Amino acid sequence: MSTKIHVSATVNGDAVDYLCDPRETLLDVLRDRLNLTGAKEGCGTGDCGACSITLNGRLVCSCLVLGVEAAGQEIATVEGIAAGETLHPLQQKFIDHAALQCGICTPGILVAAKALLEKNPDPSETEVRYWLAGNLCRCTGYDKIIRAVMDAAAEMREAS
Amino acid sequence: MALDQRKTDFTQVGTRPNRPDGLDKVTGKARFGADITAPGMLFGAILRSPHAHARIKHIDTSKAEALSDVKAIVTRADFSDAIKPAPGLEGEQWNVLENVMAGDTALYDGHAIAAVAATSALAARDALKLIEVEYEVLPHVTDVDKAMAKDAPVIREGAADYSVPEGMHPNVVRYHESGHGDVEAGFAKADLVVEEHFVTEATHQGYIEPHACLAQLGQDGKGELWCCTQGHWYVQKNCAALLGIETSQLRVTASEIGGGFGGKTTVFIEPVALALSRKSNRPVKLVMSRPEVFRATGPTASTSMDIKIGMTADGIITAAQGTFRLQGGAFPGAPADMTAMCAFAPYDLKNVQQIGYDVMSNRPKQAAYRAPGSPMAAYAVESVIDELCRKLDLDPIEVRLKNAAREGTKASYGPKFERIGLVETLEAAKAHPHYSAPLKPGQGRGISCGFWFNHGGETSVSLSLSEDGTCQISVGTPDIGGSRASMALMAAEVLGIPYESIRVTIADTATLGYNDVSHGSRVTYASGLATIKAAEDAVAKLSKRAAVKWGIPEDAVKWEDGHAVPSGPNAGNFDPMPLAEITRDMGKTGGPISGHFEATPEGAGVSFATHIVDAEVDPETGKTAVTRYTVIQDAGKAIHPTYVEGQFQGGAAQGIGWALNEEYIYGEDGRLQNAVFLDYRIPVASDLPMIDTVIVEVPNPGHPFGVRGVGETSICPPLAAIANAVSAAAGVRLHALPMSPPRILAALEQQRAKTG
Repeated sequence: MSTKIHVSATVNGDAVDYLCDPRETLLDVLRDRLNLTGAKEGCGTGDCGACSITLNGRLVCSCLVLGVEAAGQEIATVEGIAAGETLHPLQQKFIDHAALQCGICTPGILVAAKALLEKNPDPSETEVRYWLAGNLCRCTGYDKIIRAVMDAAAEMREAS
Repeated sequence: MALDQRKTDFTQVGTRPNRPDGLDKVTGKARFGADITAPGMLFGAILRSPHAHARIKHIDTSKAEALSDVKAIVTRADFSDAIKPAPGLEGEQWNVLENVMAGDTALYDGHAIAAVAATSALAARDALKLIEVEYEVLPHVTDVDKAMAKDAPVIREGAADYSVPEGMHPNVVRYHESGHGDVEAGFAKADLVVEEHFVTEATHQGYIEPHACLAQLGQDGKGELWCCTQGHWYVQKNCAALLGIETSQLRVTASEIGGGFGGKTTVFIEPVALALSRKSNRPVKLVMSRPEVFRATGPTASTSMDIKIGMTADGIITAAQGTFRLQGGAFPGAPADMTAMCAFAPYDLKNVQQIGYDVMSNRPKQAAYRAPGSPMAAYAVESVIDELCRKLDLDPIEVRLKNAAREGTKASYGPKFERIGLVETLEAAKAHPHYSAPLKPGQGRGISCGFWFNHGGETSVSLSLSEDGTCQISVGTPDIGGSRASMALMAAEVLGIPYESIRVTIADTATLGYNDVSHGSRVTYASGLATIKAAEDAVAKLSKRAAVKWGIPEDAVKWEDGHAVPSGPNAGNFDPMPLAEITRDMGKTGGPISGHFEATPEGAGVSFATHIVDAEVDPETGKTAVTRYTVIQDAGKAIHPTYVEGQFQGGAAQGIGWALNEEYIYGEDGRLQNAVFLDYRIPVASDLPMIDTVIVEVPNPGHPFGVRGVGETSICPPLAAIANAVSAAAGVRLHALPMSPPRILAALEQQRAKTG
């Protein structure tokens, strides 16, 4: 069938190399070729946000990026959020506030929320709600998620 | 079942510790349906019907088979009704098989026709394009009222059972009628009778994780299956039957589950993956795409409903009557009975009658969705009650209190209620600051009550103690929203050890007795009850071992706060012995200590909720904003209050989506028009306010700690509460859900034209 292409990139700070079909999404590459299954496929059309990652610091749906497009780029996924055994404040607050029920949307929401707090360390509730509007959660009604993000933001502001 | 007297002095139950699986889920380590692989694994893909109704004349797979990447192709011929000609599958399992892989006829847009296993997901999808299917397109019907009409195309002759009255269209496959008293006499006593017609569209459970599985099945009939499911024993039983193998030879492990809400209580792709694995002799992973989830897995039934209620001028309901037509798709099984039985359950009615019709059409087979049928019925009934309150100028909570079902009330569906908490939720609603808060111009407030039965079901739990005094529990109900935490809390309460010293594992089908599906709001009730009983079994053994160590009679030991304590005249004088001291020496005092319990508990206890909602309708666009929302629900006993709140909030949010936005839209061609999340838009964070919760605790007499189920009742009131709020805000009542902007705008314009 189609010829595979060799790609070099960085994932969570580690240099990686992979071969992929030019039609393969970055999400499929992460999950099936690099065994990083933290990013989830909920829709494949960029509507649910479960596959959120950052590409050179920019928040994207990895199902809308081709694996070959990541050549030479820096990819960050949920697996890279914690520093060793220390959880990121967002991760800890999601546990503390029970901001997850089934947990399938959690990796994408954490990546998206981290991107928000890097851009705006002091978001209002409305800003958090609009920023996370691209991340669907069907279990929680979002209440506890929004509270967890606001609380993490407050803690990170205090710490900085 | 004889239960202990209920415990009320809790030390651990009712606290809010962090969930045991939290770390895995925030770090991306948790393994969901699509996250596992096996050496030599193939990828599966399914070819689906592009027609709503068509005879399958011929399938030619030769071109696809010729591809070197393709390792197996299966059609209906690879399942058990074909490979085991007599007696074949019957009843529901035949329906399951027919839905999993079409036989002679494609019955809906998205019905599976054939499947491929190939060396990559892309190769499998490429191969599907080479399978040629010759269809003879048949007339179709996708509307419930049209499907009951005389000239409607027949989905399947002979599908109706004995319950259906003579003279009905063959698409009516089940009939339910219940009630008591004399409704006509009741209506005659009313000062006002309101009769209205309502319709609701099908909605999807909308879990974010599509169905996924990894299957391995050998020619010897032995296999393993990993899948996201609400009930892996159900999967085991049905897959074995569909594949013609022995149940026990198929070991099923439930992955973490990314939402279900009832939609993952049956099988869709799992038997297909097993058939592909058997044929290719390799493991096969099969994952649905989102459009496949929408087109071919269970949405709810759509409905057409007529409600008639009579009331006196001071707010007493004199009679109530409802007719509920449910469209369940191409197979029997729409919850017509549940819908009818839930409809008037919150009220103490002298005269009540409810009728339900289960109607087939060319749509996907409906699946359970959180309190199946109850939300739609509540929407219709509670809208009419709201209308009566407005016309008679009565307070909606007072009216509901006057008519509320209580302990001893004969339920609209038959039996007498035991201790229930509806009145307590109404009183709490009345006292809540939300109910008396001023409204801004353009806003309206609505309330509604809701009811769900809850469920027990077959349950088995095992618990074992380690030498260091810690404990591990095996339960058979997948953890869909925090149940590991509830189980650990209940066991910790009984054993008297820290919550953190307990590990809860979701056991696979080879390591525990049969467990019913995680559905019917049964997990905290039934698995919880079994966990408590298993822990008590272990406590009895621990006490016995302490007696051995002390050299006193068994009955001279009681268990207190994690310690064996000598008790009674013949006990002697010993210091309390901690659990860890007993387990440390258990090898010497009689061997391992474990506890076990299995039963089909039947005291689930019904539950009720009252919701208050404020909505604002934009008269220019018809768009509705929910500005404030309060859920008040009886949990019986909240084992982990934070997760109870989460269930309340999640149910309300799903109800908001159902009321305002979500619907299955079918084209003239019978094909689903909106099979992606962009077009089937569930609520996003910016659509919703914070959702306030009040947990009412009226203990369930059927559970040792008083637990009632909480997951489903929370979605019963929102449709009606929002409809009542929208009606108050817009000044016009809508009789169809969802109340999307175009529908509201049309109603507003009609109203404006009428009033000039």
